[in-house]
Amino acid sequence: MRWLKSIAREIYGLFVDDGSFAGAIVAWLVIFVTLQREAEGARWAGPALFAGLGAILIESVLRFARQRTK
Amino acid sequence: MVLGLGHLEATRMGTTLVAAFLASLVECVEALTVILAVGSVRGWRSALAGGAAALLVLAGTIAALGPLLTRIPLHGLTRIPLPMVQLVVGAMILLFGMRWLRKAILRAAGLIALHDEEASFVRTAEAIREAGASAAHHPKGAHGLDKFAFSAGFNITMLEGTEVVFIVIAFGAGGAGLLLPASLGAVAALLVVAALGFALHRPLARVPENTLKFLVGAVLSAFGTFWVGEGMGIAWQGRDLAILWLAAAYMGIALCLVPLCRAHPVTMEE
Repeated sequence: MRWLKSIAREIYGLFVDDGSFAGAIVAWLVIFVTLQREAEGARWAGPALFAGLGAILIESVLRFARQRTK
Repeated sequence: MVLGLGHLEATRMGTTLVAAFLASLVECVEALTVILAVGSVRGWRSALAGGAAALLVLAGTIAALGPLLTRIPLHGLTRIPLPMVQLVVGAMILLFGMRWLRKAILRAAGLIALHDEEASFVRTAEAIREAGASAAHHPKGAHGLDKFAFSAGFNITMLEGTEVVFIVIAFGAGGAGLLLPASLGAVAALLVVAALGFALHRPLARVPENTLKFLVGAVLSAFGTFWVGEGMGIAWQGRDLAILWLAAAYMGIALCLVPLCRAHPVTMEE
């Protein structure tokens, strides 16, 4: 049974390492689903989705770097 | 038109195979590092037997549950609409890939410890030697196997193997006929790492894990973004080829962030 728990922990760890980072990604996806419904088929949708995710990655990494140096 | 569709299908299958191969490669390298460490200290027979037993258990589970997966109506034929599958699977792959990419950036910038195979091998071997002082007095199993080495080989293969199975299922659920290329990618990764382990017969320090994670993180993030977008109904320019620019863009961001993070301490002190 212990290895089953370890497997469950490993699988959770596959997706979530930093809770706020994972939360921000999910939140952006939820926001974007709503925005996308308003402007379906827009050419900017793909790049905009990527831009938001890229911004989340940048913010998370820089925040971690700042916290490390405080 | 038929040729175009065939080309698109081939691109999708090819990218799925490569992505599943790269993602599985990382997991296989991690498992093999531990098996090599255990084997070199406690004996190859028991460590390899543990790994083989776990592979058999995994294969049995897949053989039992695999046919069920192919019967699940993933393409909106009945209950689950394809966009929903793409959205959920894409989000999972996105979380998975972004997590790896973030960690790879932080490691490359020196903000967290580099998970180096050589160090991992030495640490595991030392832990096993220490444990061996007490385990040496324990009787061996019925087949003369070292219980510690067998258990360590079994556990690590089971853990990493389950992750590989999960990766294959996630990639395979992305579209019709993708389970086969995803499975082939994972099997190829297993064979490559097994051959590497056999050839090197010592730590896999020559495989730069962080470089691999950089690449895999960018590719998985690109796949995740693409599938999430497809699930939302986004019309990607260039269709599946958008995965290429997405991967390049993620890699570009990551490569720019590494020197920025390295420079951060100076900026903060100023």
